[in-house]
Amino acid sequence: MFWEVTQTLLGGLWTTFKIFGLTLVFSLPLGLILSFGSMSRFKPLKALIQVIVWIIRGTPLMLQLLVIFYGPGMLLDKNIWSGNEAGRITATVVAFSINYACYFSVIFRGGIEGIPAGQKEAGEVLGMTKSQIFFRITLLQMVKRVVPPMSNEIITLVKDTSLARTIAAYELTFQGYSFMKSAGLVWPLFYTGVFYLAFVGILTLLFNFIERKLGYFK
Amino acid sequence: MAILEVNNIEKHFGNTKVLKNVSFSLEEGSALAIIGSSGSGKTTLLRCLNFLETPNGGSIRVKGETLFDAAQKNSRKDKDLRTKRLHFGMVFQSFNLFPQYTALENVTIAGKLLARERDDYKLNKKSILEEIENHGRELLIQMGLEERMEHYPHQLSGGQQQRVAIARALALEPDILCFDEPTSALDPELTGEVLKVIRGLAQRKTTMIIVTHEMAFARDVADRIIFMDDGLIVEQGDPHQVIDNPREERTKRFLERYTQG
Repeated sequence: MFWEVTQTLLGGLWTTFKIFGLTLVFSLPLGLILSFGSMSRFKPLKALIQVIVWIIRGTPLMLQLLVIFYGPGMLLDKNIWSGNEAGRITATVVAFSINYACYFSVIFRGGIEGIPAGQKEAGEVLGMTKSQIFFRITLLQMVKRVVPPMSNEIITLVKDTSLARTIAAYELTFQGYSFMKSAGLVWPLFYTGVFYLAFVGILTLLFNFIERKLGYFK
Repeated sequence: MAILEVNNIEKHFGNTKVLKNVSFSLEEGSALAIIGSSGSGKTTLLRCLNFLETPNGGSIRVKGETLFDAAQKNSRKDKDLRTKRLHFGMVFQSFNLFPQYTALENVTIAGKLLARERDDYKLNKKSILEEIENHGRELLIQMGLEERMEHYPHQLSGGQQQRVAIARALALEPDILCFDEPTSALDPELTGEVLKVIRGLAQRKTTMIIVTHEMAFARDVADRIIFMDDGLIVEQGDPHQVIDNPREERTKRFLERYTQG
């Protein structure tokens, strides 16, 4: 039984990992774009992004997930997510990407604004283009500044994936829970904690590594 | 003919007039020192020359070419602005070295990026980059930093960092090198090494504008001195005249405070 449970949970972990990985792939660049928008001198854009960030940070992620999953069907009278597992994962990734992009955008903005203005000015007087200044000078300094707050958010994301259970995506917590319904077993659900811990443990090592790698400059 | 002609530059931030009708010119190979108390507009003037601020009035000409004229529509295209900026080099009070690059990389990065715009870049990439590296090394050796080329800024003292910054500004061979209080952020015992380097540049006839609080140094190195107060040029002339025999009351008062302090 233990092995059977372990195998099922590993399957769930894979789904958890997919949601996690895809969310990061989309939310990191989207968050950067939002952070630029939130620093824009064009007031309407700035205001729009502030409203979006307020709504997303002001409502539960679970609610956002349900709105993204059921909302289009109610409005358009057809399910855009296709009824299968892949569709449910897609809906989850969309909801999570929007949510995390908003949180990331605030962190990125802090990271960029924390860089002394003199860095940009030094680039400017040396004849660098705006994109050269961003990619050659600002970006790495920003990354270094945002690693600690980002590691917090990313670790939270690992555990937030369990919310996908509410729309029946077969992720880790869903699979652990399934044994309660099918076999009346509670321990598989508790056992999922081990998988989360291992996942987060690896991420923590990774973040420590990145922090050390970026420790060569101050 | 003067290499730099600044005519009637005006700059205000909101209602505060920071520069009022500032005009001066600079001969090639000469050093100009701008003195004055904090808030007199010295730094803003340098920032206008480097296009870090846009003047509200007046014009700036370098080698007869009009770089800025408030009366005309100036191109705000990134590329044009960049080309104009390259006439000037800038050494900041707070060094502003890029922390993630070594001393040598700080000196060479801009040159390497600019080289990409050359037509023969693809063809001669290797030799072009090598040339930039070698030039960077030479400059750092000239700054007395032979042993520090591979160090990162945080591993260097303030004086060493400022010398790297000077090398970085020289690397692009600007027509005019600007210094914005280059020793103000340094511990007193470190100012000497930076001033020595600037003195060396003056001896080699580098065209320079130096905003400074080091009066003795200004008198020594500069061919001309401008005294600014409240956004105005109050007095200008050769060092012995302005510093030793100031005509204006305001200059006298300013210098008294310095010689007493």
